[in-house]
Amino acid sequence: MGNKKLEVDIKVPNQTRYLSLIGKIGEDIAKELDKFNGDRETLAYHLNMVLTEAMANAIKYANAGDPERMVHICISISTDEILIKVFDTGQGFDINAIPAPNFDKLEDRGRGIYIIKSLMDKVSYRKHGKGNVLEMAKKLT
Amino acid sequence: MNLKTEEKNEIVVIYVKEERLDAHNSGDLKAEMQRLFQEGRKNVLVDLHEVRFIDSSGLGALVSGFKNAISNQGNLKLSSLQPQVKSMFELTRLHRVFEIYPSSAEALENF
Repeated sequence: MGNKKLEVDIKVPNQTRYLSLIGKIGEDIAKELDKFNGDRETLAYHLNMVLTEAMANAIKYANAGDPERMVHICISISTDEILIKVFDTGQGFDINAIPAPNFDKLEDRGRGIYIIKSLMDKVSYRKHGKGNVLEMAKKLT
Repeated sequence: MNLKTEEKNEIVVIYVKEERLDAHNSGDLKAEMQRLFQEGRKNVLVDLHEVRFIDSSGLGALVSGFKNAISNQGNLKLSSLQPQVKSMFELTRLHRVFEIYPSSAEALENF
């Protein structure tokens, strides 16, 4: 890929059956990076994970499970950073209001945002146009 | 979801025959564990040998099964976690909750 910026723009229906496709794209991108000296397999797994979690979140909470809506995902790769944006068209939620999981209490849910925040360097969720965007950045150097 | 269930010495072993355990299919595993405990089964082992990827929904389904086991005075144990899958249990501290064995054979000896 050299020093050029690569951008992958994907729109998929708001359905969980597309989670594996999106996760796989993240894995393939990690394996194609030219200048990355870290653990490629781990990066691939982590990109698969955050894309899966972010999209599942958009489907369930932001897009209210409506299968007619679309999830829009944009992945930009530069030499030193990978930036993933997940757009939704729903009501959204306050990412800072979601508490960290209580490890002593066994809850079925509530680990997704924690996993994203743990695996990425910078995470934000804000209003964008008529919907919202979840931005997740990871340094590659 | 592709699940294969076998019974060995009154222990039900659920082999998850999927590469991914995620928000798309984890509901099926959750329902199967719930069904077994409600039927009165006491010992369930979930073998994850073929699972290469697990997300928070997959972890949540297993937590749900674990809580089901407790409320029915039963046991839910796990076996054959691939390294990346195990790393997600560690990240979410769930490795401290579940009894996890390297193989189904070892798990079966420890019920």
